[in-house]
Amino acid sequence: METKAFQRIYTQLMGITKATVTLKAQGIANEELAMVHGRLAQVVKIFGDMVTLQVFSGTEGIPTNAEVVFYGEPPKLKVGDDLAGRFFDAYGRPLFGATEIDGEPREIGGPSVNPLKREQPSELIATGIAGIDLNNTLVTGQKIPFFADPDQPFNQVMAMVALRAQADKIILGGMGLSNDDFLFFKNVFENAGALDRIISFVNTTEQPPVERLLVPDMALTAAEYFAVQKNEKVLVLLTDMTLYADALSIVSNRMDQIPSKDSMPGSLYSDLAKIYEKAVQFPDGGSITIIAVTTLSGGDITHAIPDNTGYITEGQLFLRTDSDTGKVIVDPFRSLSRLKQLVIGKKTREDHPQVMNAAVRLYADAANAKTKLENGFDLTEYDERALKFAHDYSLKLLAIDINIEVDTMLDTAWQLFAKYFSKTEVAIKNELVQKYWPN
Amino acid sequence: MKTKGKVTGIIANLVIVEVDGPVAQNEICYINLSGVNLMAEVIKVIGKFAYVQVFESTRGLRVGNPVEFQGHMLEVTLGPGLLSKNYDGLQHDLAKMNGIFLQRGDYTDALDIDSTWEFTPIVTPGTQVTAADWLGEVPENWVNHKIMVPFTLTDKYTVKSIVSKGTYKLTDTIAVLTNAKGEDVNVTMMQKWPVKRAITAYREKPRPFKIMETGVRVIDTLNPIAEGGTGFIPGPFGCGKTVLQHALAKQAEADMIIMAACGERANEVVEIFAEFPHLEDPRTGRKLMERTTIICNTSNMPVAAREASVYTAMTIGEYYRSMGLKVLLLADSTSRWAQALREMSNRLEELPGPDAFPMDLPAIIANFYARAGMVYLNNGSTGSVTFIGTVSPAGGNLKEPVTESTKKAARCFYALSQQRADSKRYPAIDSMDSYSKYLEYPEIQEYLNKNISPNWVNLVLKSKNIVQRGKEAYEQINILGDDGVPLDYHDRFWKAEIIDFVILQQDAFDKIDSNTPLQRQRYMLEKVMEIADMNFKFDGFEQCSLYYKRIINALKQMNYSSFQSEEFYNYEKELHTILNERRAA
Repeated sequence: METKAFQRIYTQLMGITKATVTLKAQGIANEELAMVHGRLAQVVKIFGDMVTLQVFSGTEGIPTNAEVVFYGEPPKLKVGDDLAGRFFDAYGRPLFGATEIDGEPREIGGPSVNPLKREQPSELIATGIAGIDLNNTLVTGQKIPFFADPDQPFNQVMAMVALRAQADKIILGGMGLSNDDFLFFKNVFENAGALDRIISFVNTTEQPPVERLLVPDMALTAAEYFAVQKNEKVLVLLTDMTLYADALSIVSNRMDQIPSKDSMPGSLYSDLAKIYEKAVQFPDGGSITIIAVTTLSGGDITHAIPDNTGYITEGQLFLRTDSDTGKVIVDPFRSLSRLKQLVIGKKTREDHPQVMNAAVRLYADAANAKTKLENGFDLTEYDERALKFAHDYSLKLLAIDINIEVDTMLDTAWQLFAKYFSKTEVAIKNELVQKYWPN
Repeated sequence: MKTKGKVTGIIANLVIVEVDGPVAQNEICYINLSGVNLMAEVIKVIGKFAYVQVFESTRGLRVGNPVEFQGHMLEVTLGPGLLSKNYDGLQHDLAKMNGIFLQRGDYTDALDIDSTWEFTPIVTPGTQVTAADWLGEVPENWVNHKIMVPFTLTDKYTVKSIVSKGTYKLTDTIAVLTNAKGEDVNVTMMQKWPVKRAITAYREKPRPFKIMETGVRVIDTLNPIAEGGTGFIPGPFGCGKTVLQHALAKQAEADMIIMAACGERANEVVEIFAEFPHLEDPRTGRKLMERTTIICNTSNMPVAAREASVYTAMTIGEYYRSMGLKVLLLADSTSRWAQALREMSNRLEELPGPDAFPMDLPAIIANFYARAGMVYLNNGSTGSVTFIGTVSPAGGNLKEPVTESTKKAARCFYALSQQRADSKRYPAIDSMDSYSKYLEYPEIQEYLNKNISPNWVNLVLKSKNIVQRGKEAYEQINILGDDGVPLDYHDRFWKAEIIDFVILQQDAFDKIDSNTPLQRQRYMLEKVMEIADMNFKFDGFEQCSLYYKRIINALKQMNYSSFQSEEFYNYEKELHTILNERRAA
């Protein structure tokens, strides 16, 4: 962003906190950008002639006589086909010394889609992972987070999902990514030869936290360009949204706002919703699907960040290590895809819904049997069978290293049913049992 | 003279306006931003500064932008044409907006101002009338939409003139009323009402005495909701709140459904938009959408409009109730509404109450639920608003402020349990934690025994008792082990499982099982209770469990078959064969 001629330069700051500066200025618009001592900042509060700006890269070393120039416009991203295949920082500036892109500047964080103009999502996103495709089927236009403890391989799973999904563009929004993880994504994308359909906006841990606040809006503005203008199917990966929310609380704290639950700003729900609701199926075929990561602390989903996220997103995927098989699995109990009903049994085989439910129910029986075992009780013959079933189910279907077609998943499930249970124990509608029960 | 003002401060969607005249709490104003009007509502006044919450994004707003106050609170427009509409939280018609994205200040009329309606007068000149009395009616879809004396009129009036039967525009004067002082009022087919005030132009509000059939067994049979009653559904996310609400919307025995999607996921609203126009109303055979109005405020729409949306929905409900209709109002979710209150309170820098909610949250919730009810109208007929809200307790904790406050305000409590949802026992309503206070009302008991079967209430209580005892037996089995308890415990547990699998669980995605009429609910409960009274002989607990699973399977197949069809009776025959295998004398 360049300064224009005859712009007023302010040189007297009235207040400085770790993330914000305050000065006297007039004619300033809410949310407009400014350059403070050579650093980008955005107006977050105006009170009479007192203007408060959040300085994205932090205020270290900013003097009270710093030069402040207002741009008169909110943050923008230049959008165009040029975006494809490139890496950008949180401000939308090309990384690795690449040249500026050619394109039309567009305000980030734009208006929401009229719900009446949305199309009902109905296209399956196959990932090859049965823990997702069979039990928690994803659909284009959906928004769903991985809820994971920091030690789980969520970024690896995301990269895998991204590459297997049938998307025209994949947009990575990295917030507080470790440099190693950033390079991991870069490598995976390059090795898959998929770079030309990937766009990345990245803020690493080496960079200031407040900058992260721009990343999702940058990623989604680019996504909207391809989905609306080009009718493309866009998959947006956001990792890690917990760090994004932490950055929100830093700013609100610096502005002396009264903290709401868990020290988060009172507007957390609205702030997250603005991002996640950008997921949409447009009537002309373009779509934006959001898969995000929300890291948890010790699996605690009652914290304000995962809690609010859960109420906005269309389900959640939990990863956990199965102690029985040692595999990382998609937890069938706690995971959920709210949009799966739109495709299972409709775009997939008719037996999908019932097979999925029956398998999870039998897996629950195994969990009960396990509790019995741990409490030192004898197992019934049924319990023994349920446990064996759970072992196979975990190994052949739940593990994230599985990569098979949905029909194969269903056939595998039927085989496991037949191997360990009688038809009545499985309790599936008669007509389906007759058709699919393996002989 | 309208009060004017200019912007002096902006903190996200809270704007401070310096005013040049009187302003009222909750008064509406428009902030002009380069020719676009942004709607806002006064929520606090200090000296000559009005604090307004803006129903739009405040990006680009500057100090000095002009503001014009409107002299009234947030109002809805009431009149023929409300049915089948899709509104935002402020009653703007979403269908009339241009483009895919919602643009700021794109305000559209709630009703089609130029539409014409077939008006038939009900009263004649000289008739004495008061607010909400019916003057005439127009056909709206399949409703006889009543044109009423405006709710804002407080005096007694005499009908001076009324138009004869014919076609009129919404804005035409259809009647002239005169009060005792000889002042005339022209009445059109539309009127306005401030959403935050209840419409109380009715004769009296008795205690509810009928039940409202929903087709959901665990509600109708075990915890029925009354017509004009209140209920709420709390549950952690992923427990099936939305699926349950949709089932109620599709099946409940109501004349009109209002769905308030309050800070809801857009894709869930889209599901309603996509589904409802095609679904048939099981009772009238007409399209479901014809009796539905949707208030749609998705989670990314501005937070202040989210707060308004439930009030907009309730006011429309009260309006149709005044016509003698049975209205079912569903709001999903009232927690998000409460969050909107919290967000604004936070911006106003009010000292927070529990969990940072505003201190008056319990009063606001109680006040809102109190607007539901069955009423006797001025002409003696009845109308009702039944309200069911969902609550999304943070972290599934039922002790959080919104759930606690709602529990005090609502009479039915449908607690969704994570455990049931995890084991795919849907609907995940925990029948033990849940309750319906209505089941304790003598007038409701009398109604149930008269309309379902003479001993109905006792049978229901008995079935609840069996579920409770089954749960206790299950806990004992878990503590002592399968063979550490008498066989009797297993028997007790499995009898409760029959009720669980056959009555409590219901497949919302199955064409037949999803909706169970009361007659069928009675048949199945009586059948299940008959089995509960039977004694069986077993050689061991494993045999017991296998046997009961067969019984459950046969009963479930009955649930999946058309009631009293050949298939249904075949499964019943199969059931009796199974039952006879092990019956003890």
